[in-house]
Amino acid sequence: MHELGITRNIVNIVTEQAHGAKVTDVTVEIGKLSAIMPDAVRFCFDVVSQGTSLEGASLHIREIPGQASCHTCGITFPLEELYDSCPCGSRNITRLSGEELNIKDMVIV
Amino acid sequence: MRPTMTNIATGQTIPLAAQETPEHSHAHPHDHEHRSHSQADHEDHHHEKKTVLLEQAILSKNDRLAERNRGWLAERHILALNLVSSPGSGKTTLLEKTIADLQKEFPVSVIEGDQATLHDAERLRRTGCAVVQINTGAGCHLEADMVARGLESLQPSTQSVVMIENVGNLVCPALFDLGEQARVVILSVTEGEDKPLKYPHMFQSAHLVLINKIDLLPYLSFDIDQCLRYVNMVNTSAQVLQISAQTGEGLSAWYRWIQQHRSIGPDGKGL
Ligand SMILES: Nc1nc2c(ncn2[C@@H]2O[C@H](COP(=O)(O)OP(=O)(O)O)[C@@H](O)[C@H]2O)c(=O)[nH]1
Ligand SMILES: [Mg+2]
Ligand SMILES: [Zn+2]
Ligand SMILES: [Zn+2]
Repeated sequence: MHELGITRNIVNIVTEQAHGAKVTDVTVEIGKLSAIMPDAVRFCFDVVSQGTSLEGASLHIREIPGQASCHTCGITFPLEELYDSCPCGSRNITRLSGEELNIKDMVIV
Repeated sequence: MRPTMTNIATGQTIPLAAQETPEHSHAHPHDHEHRSHSQADHEDHHHEKKTVLLEQAILSKNDRLAERNRGWLAERHILALNLVSSPGSGKTTLLEKTIADLQKEFPVSVIEGDQATLHDAERLRRTGCAVVQINTGAGCHLEADMVARGLESLQPSTQSVVMIENVGNLVCPALFDLGEQARVVILSVTEGEDKPLKYPHMFQSAHLVLINKIDLLPYLSFDIDQCLRYVNMVNTSAQVLQISAQTGEGLSAWYRWIQQHRSIGPDGKGL
């Protein structure tokens, strides 16, 4: 389960920032090109958060689709795979999104 | 199962509290953005919810520790390489051979990552080098804090080389920076030529790709040109070398690559 390490990091950061307050919601961003599976993170989250101030919290995952812009023809296009080239054939592209692994916010009571 | 670290010379094993970073645990004594969290406060505002923006990378802690390792290594002019591959691609065999051939030129020590057992560390110990074994237990990759503990235990000499054998896995090791100067991916010809496309993150982050077990090519239908095209699709800048850790074929190019990176040095100023 490769998502275990990622989920531990989420729980550690949030626990640290909550300073003992009870956390009810956590929102994270996971890029579709990040190789991290949201469902597996959800599964791990319930296990890893047990016994912490996040226990029972809802995890909201925003999946961010891959996008890139092409330096040859100038368009912005969806990236399905990390190694896709532009529809025009060019590989001179800049990835704009899809690799996110971020914690956005939490709700505490 | 919890991570442990074993010093192969002394046989001493200690638990590694993964994720615990002493420098950071009490780093926010005064938090100006949040309310105070005194017990009374919680009781007063019993059901009041509050959204707190966090906006940080999930791996920020590891990244920070990796940078610290990088600084530690740079101060000592140590070349650290992170070796990653699927299980069985030949990382340990390559290290045995490499250390036997190079340790008369400069000291080499090893941080050996595996989920369980001391087997690989014991194999490497027979070459006479210093080895520390990290057993990651349930974890399927090394993290920067584990490497920090490994370095502390090894105390590698200045201008030496530290080889880090990561846990056999092409997924998460791609995400966890260890503070290495360069990342080496090993792909053996028995695994199929499409590995670079199946694990694009790993291959994309590689500085060097070693195609191993080329002694077996006559018996396989592995298309090496296709494999090179796939590597190039995901990573246009990585160098690719074809080797056999078993027969020694191609290893002189790998040794030249190591020498080159020793002379570049972690800060680009040479060792
Ligand atoms: N034929 C051949 N076998 C190899 C070569 N390199 C490693 N092996 C074998 O592959 C198996 C796994 O090697 P090992 O070094 O333990 O892989 P690791 O899991 O990546 O550390 C062992 O049986 C090795 O003898 C090679 O270049 N050629
Ligand atoms: Mg091994
Ligand atoms: Zn993993
Ligand atoms: Zn284009």
